[in-house]
Amino acid sequence: MNLAAADNQSLADLSRVLILSAMAVYTCAFVAHIAEWVFGSRSRVARTAAALAPKKKSPYTRPTEKETEAAAGAGTTVLEKPEVVTRSALGGRPDLPDGTGGGAGGDEQGDVYGRVAIALTVLAFALHAAGVLTRAFSVTRAPWANMYEFSITFSMVIVGAYLVLLAAKKNVRWLGLVLVTTVLLDLGLANTVLYTESDQLPPALDSVWLWIHVSLAILCGGLFYLGAVGTMLYLFRDSYENKLEQGGKPGGFATSVLERLPSAASLDKFAYRINAAVFPFWTFTIIAGAIWAEDAWGRYWGWDAKEVWSFITWVAYAGYLHARATVGWKGRKAAMLAIVAFLCFLFNYYGVNLFVNSLHSYSGV
Amino acid sequence: MSDTTDSNGTSGSNGAGDTDGTAGTDGTSGTGSADVTARTGSSAATDSGSAEEATEAAAQSQLSTAPVEEAPSGPKLSLFGWLRWFWRQLTSMRVALLLLLLLSLASVPGSLIPQRNASPFRVAEFLQNNPKLGPVYDRLQLFDVYSSVWFSAIYLLLFVSLIGCIVPRTWQFVGQLRAKPPKAPSRLKRMPAYTTWRTEAEPAEVLGGARKLLRGSRFRVADGEGSVSAEKGYLRELGNLCFHLALIVMLVAFAVGQLWSVEGGKLVVKGGGFANTLTQYDDIKSGALYDYDDLDGFGFTLEEFHSSFEESGPERGTPRDFRADISYWEGADGPEKKASIEVNEPLTVGSSKVYLLGHGYAPVVTVKDGKGDVAFRGPVPFLPQDGDPNLTSQGVVKVTDYQDAKGKKEQLGFVGIFTPTYGIDEVRGPHSTFPGMKYPAIFLSAYRGNLGIDTGLPQSVYQLNQRGMEPFETEDGDILRQSLRPGETMDLPDGAGSLTFERVERWATFQISQKPASGWALGGALVAIGGLAASLFLQRRRVWVRAYAGGDGRTVVEMASLGRSESAKVPEELGTLAERLRAGAAPLPSAPERDADDGPDDTSDHDDSVGPSADDDGPRRS
Repeated sequence: MNLAAADNQSLADLSRVLILSAMAVYTCAFVAHIAEWVFGSRSRVARTAAALAPKKKSPYTRPTEKETEAAAGAGTTVLEKPEVVTRSALGGRPDLPDGTGGGAGGDEQGDVYGRVAIALTVLAFALHAAGVLTRAFSVTRAPWANMYEFSITFSMVIVGAYLVLLAAKKNVRWLGLVLVTTVLLDLGLANTVLYTESDQLPPALDSVWLWIHVSLAILCGGLFYLGAVGTMLYLFRDSYENKLEQGGKPGGFATSVLERLPSAASLDKFAYRINAAVFPFWTFTIIAGAIWAEDAWGRYWGWDAKEVWSFITWVAYAGYLHARATVGWKGRKAAMLAIVAFLCFLFNYYGVNLFVNSLHSYSGV
Repeated sequence: MSDTTDSNGTSGSNGAGDTDGTAGTDGTSGTGSADVTARTGSSAATDSGSAEEATEAAAQSQLSTAPVEEAPSGPKLSLFGWLRWFWRQLTSMRVALLLLLLLSLASVPGSLIPQRNASPFRVAEFLQNNPKLGPVYDRLQLFDVYSSVWFSAIYLLLFVSLIGCIVPRTWQFVGQLRAKPPKAPSRLKRMPAYTTWRTEAEPAEVLGGARKLLRGSRFRVADGEGSVSAEKGYLRELGNLCFHLALIVMLVAFAVGQLWSVEGGKLVVKGGGFANTLTQYDDIKSGALYDYDDLDGFGFTLEEFHSSFEESGPERGTPRDFRADISYWEGADGPEKKASIEVNEPLTVGSSKVYLLGHGYAPVVTVKDGKGDVAFRGPVPFLPQDGDPNLTSQGVVKVTDYQDAKGKKEQLGFVGIFTPTYGIDEVRGPHSTFPGMKYPAIFLSAYRGNLGIDTGLPQSVYQLNQRGMEPFETEDGDILRQSLRPGETMDLPDGAGSLTFERVERWATFQISQKPASGWALGGALVAIGGLAASLFLQRRRVWVRAYAGGDGRTVVEMASLGRSESAKVPEELGTLAERLRAGAAPLPSAPERDADDGPDDTSDHDDSVGPSADDDGPRRS
């Protein structure tokens, strides 16, 4: 028995070393991202500004249609795929070109640094995942019994989702810097304030629902985070585009940074797709929690602080999804709601675990 | 109530179609005739312009049942007008959204202020510590947020809003299921996704192929004049309706579960039993409409209680495992069955569930009176002190039937603590250092007098009412206090008797609850998820194919599609369909595109503005 305990301790120590190494590599990735953005600021492609120069005639232009047709040309050959002409039904602002290539913005040196940053992120992710796995093996259970374990899994999910999107050739390189910064903060907090020695589960947590309920909660949180970053940047980019549209002249720094992001419409769509896709899973997380509560505490819903805040988060995201389809709410107001919803999620995690008296107080702190 | 979708902004323009099923049907037939007029070319160009608008509106109508937003303008000053206005507002998406946000806002204080329902002691503490703020909170029902008038009001309004929205939408949806996909708008080019080509195949042949293709792709197909209309993705709307209906089912199930529920607690010492009748409970509370005669008939005996705790390391003392082995019977005297109850595994008997809630220790003591007779013998449950993980427990041994050495009738009370693993320090005095029984001890002071049990006032079995009691004193004049290990005896002064600590028994607390409609809540929740997934991940879209003879005798094929929400999938799908249709209607190399008016699409369509008049290309020649 002592031998086994010693084994576990060494595994737990290994896990900690792996997580700290991952942090070191994330820090390198962070520096590389900074270099990417700094070098990228040399590129002065103000495509958005060009597209949005205030027009005297009508703001309703249709560049996509024209572009597509111009590309198709008059001499389309027979064998080509059918050319589908699309047009945005939304009206208002024309479709703007997305900044691509993340912070590099077309600058070659910046692009190299950006690629280095991604390579480092992949390496860090491997260390990070190994750290979470060894932690799980050291306690021979799902590594989600206290806030330290939640936190390291949470940031692992975030990075994993980002890498999957990158691998799927989605235009998400712009996420890199913010993402790595957050992951460093999260892991730093986990290793200092929230650190808990590895240990067995208390009986109340020893259930198959731990695997379902908690893993889903962590997954949803990680993806909601990506959505929230998209929404946040949407708000900046949208006011930038608004300013341009009204003939204003945004500051040099704002132009340099925001010009390299995708257009507001793309960011909004990115955030919406993530939030909409995660919402049913979040609903299921709450339901799984209710089923578990019925078994563990004798009621499926008891207005415990954690339950209340999960419900508030759910309502806020439901409100966001509805608001996006409601005249007078779509756009910035809906985006604000999405931000509020994510803040509710964060409060549910940090606030309720640390400061509120709840049945869910498994912070281990 | 509303539609969780990415709207394409059409709902504003197609108001008539969306609000009212019958109006929508009328609109379709009306525009059908307008379409004919445009084709025959008998009407003036301006007429055809508005007719085209109408066909477009019809093409977009009834793509969902989402309510149309009305500006919140004041009603006409009649009572009926007011009511109608109020109802319209209540069932509008905007108000529903506000109610939803209000509900979440209203549930915040309940998570920050202690609630009577969950922790009555903390409420009492709060009231004591905040003598001014407390009563104000109390009047605002902030200690009972989730059953307060204002919370219920929001909840009920939302409920009505949900019903007021979902019932008409269900009828609309039924109507939509019976209606045909709307006719092709006269200018397909203005739809969000569009493609065209010219072919040698005859128009009828192309349309026949299109019909077959679309049916094969599980579209609902309807024939128009020289065109085919198709629609798919009704499951999205169905999912959306199911989601909202399921929410109603969940709300009702929750309310039923509250009103007809019962929940009681019972402490059972090992070897002791419990029968499920009202009088046996230590505490019980029920919903407003529950009848105690409906308690399930069953009972059980606690045979054994197991617990284990972490023995070493930083988490020393953390519980690892609890298990209560019981034997139970159903009905008055059914056959006995064995079962175990664990923390995450309640026992279900009939419609009741028995949960293991807590555990503790009951020292078994024997008290002898002044004559040497046994005045009391048995286990006395001691309650763990709040928040002590090591289970330092408090309790009172009450002896009601006692006489002293002289035969004087009196009552005795022994108050003190029990520690499963005894420890002592200057700050805390005697206390427990581990929750398991490693070195059990009790530490008691003895009192004599009147326990006050006969006064009729309710009193706790775990507390000593010291009024009417006076302590036994030692020779030095101190209160008699003594710690005892199992087997040890405490003698009362002057031959007043003795107390022997014999051994320790375990006890466990059980919660027995009956909550109807849980199954409905679960079913509703699962349907809600399914509906939600359908309404978020499926696309409802329409596809039109038109084929007609062009100016040069070749057939012009046009295809267009329109989705309920803007999604990249809709144009993609149109591309795939077009590709497959081209297999039977091979495209010709396109002639210089803009030289002839070989179709309804004029070059003026590429103008920068969208206004219908600028796009107008006159009556169609066919």
